[in-house]
Amino acid sequence: MIKRDLVIVGGGPAGLSAAKVALDAGMSVTLIERFNQLGGQLIKQTHKFFGSQLQYAKTRGFDIARILIDDLKGYDDQLEILLDATCVGFYPDKVLTVYQYGKYMKYLGGSVIIATGASEKVLAFENNDLPGIYGAGAIQTLMNIYGIKPGKEVVMVGSGNIGLIVSYQLIQAGVKVKALVEAASTIGGYLVHASKLKRLGVGFLMNTTVKKAIGKDHLEKVVTVKLDDRWQEIPGSESEIDADVLCISVGLSPLHQLLSMAGAHMLDVSELGGLVPKKTCDYETSIDHVYACGDVTGIEEASSAMVEGRICGLMAANHLGFKHPEAQSLEDDLNNQLCVLRQGPCGEKIRCGLKKVGEIYD
Amino acid sequence: MIEKTAVASKEMVRSRFPKDKDVLFRPKAIIECYKEIPCNPCETSCPFHAITIGEDINAIPQIDFDKCTGCGICVHSCPGLAIMVAMIKNGKAYFKVPYELLPIPLVGERWLAVNRNGDVISDCKIEQVMPGRKSTNTTTVVTVSLEQPYLYDFVTIRRPGDE
Repeated sequence: MIKRDLVIVGGGPAGLSAAKVALDAGMSVTLIERFNQLGGQLIKQTHKFFGSQLQYAKTRGFDIARILIDDLKGYDDQLEILLDATCVGFYPDKVLTVYQYGKYMKYLGGSVIIATGASEKVLAFENNDLPGIYGAGAIQTLMNIYGIKPGKEVVMVGSGNIGLIVSYQLIQAGVKVKALVEAASTIGGYLVHASKLKRLGVGFLMNTTVKKAIGKDHLEKVVTVKLDDRWQEIPGSESEIDADVLCISVGLSPLHQLLSMAGAHMLDVSELGGLVPKKTCDYETSIDHVYACGDVTGIEEASSAMVEGRICGLMAANHLGFKHPEAQSLEDDLNNQLCVLRQGPCGEKIRCGLKKVGEIYD
Repeated sequence: MIEKTAVASKEMVRSRFPKDKDVLFRPKAIIECYKEIPCNPCETSCPFHAITIGEDINAIPQIDFDKCTGCGICVHSCPGLAIMVAMIKNGKAYFKVPYELLPIPLVGERWLAVNRNGDVISDCKIEQVMPGRKSTNTTTVVTVSLEQPYLYDFVTIRRPGDE
């Protein structure tokens, strides 16, 4: 059993930010990351981020990942980073089992921060397992990590920020976006992203969904169908689009499994994307010294995940008696940053969801 | 309706230009940020304090055309690619627009001028190209000229042959 002051599961924006603050407070930290590099989804993001300077606004996502990773340099005696390592078990006594390179290891954290992020939702339709049909995350991994174009012509499903951003990245990579399909009557993501696509000639098909995919060995055609105002298919409104790629971007669900396994009190909150941990305003779950931050506590932007991560690192340190040199001013500043990020109309859903799990925003 | 079409109406576009067209005898930033999102790099990047958002970074940016020099730093900085610089000179409209596709245009080339709906409206001349500097964070800004009647329609450029 390896003992640490703090074990963090997830090396994305939330986990990296939590690690930095906890290290500054003097904790020994193990950071567990499933992929072969740190950064989470940030490493696939080629667009400039929104927010303010405090959350690296106007910096491209992969550059933000570099900044957060560089922030962890110089803590060699305090920090252990496990890459290609999957946390496969988490128990109420804060024991974690970790699988890496064919071996299992056991960790015991004085505190544990779960920052596992989210996974993509799928869409049910006929033939949805045909080669050529991807989630938006897979397309980003192929293009932006491995430099591989997924195909020639794509139909995008979903007009949230991910659907809009990935459509733009596909165009930048030289892939034709044939149409952007959205079941709702209004665009889900930021209008500035949507306007960028519109002026590049992308057609938005609103009140429309995918009925089926057609193809022998690989996707050849996508059949779309119009929806009425009760989201029911309108018979006879089907239409075919030639495409070799269908990209599905219909939302994210928190990766709650480790918290559920440990028996943390979970709540199903639709505004936050599904099952999330009930938590105190100190980001502590129903299990003492177990914290959660980032998308696992509710689907939001990476900007908020970074701020939440910092608060979480600070709280984990505080509660075990580690003193961060700027604890009080940092806490006030970070809480204020979150308030500002969430106070506009875009933050309404998250504010409403957070009220249900115990955080109050007024 | 912009929430359904992603295209700003003529009135919305006009509201972002100076009321008096003569103001555009000098270059001015046109900020097409129509919905509140948490974002303020235009305000913090402007060296002349011409753009105001305020403490609530969700507020829609307001520009003071008396202070704006049309330098274009906000065009480089805007994460939403929602800002351009417009100017009228010798009966022609000049624009500085952000451009993030390859190939990057060359000075002197004639490209297509495109409106907010993605339609080609005219051709235009590439006057100047400011590539993103060493850092990957700056966006390439291209200066183009075209006929003045397209002042309120033009929004971006497209490579000839990519119709």
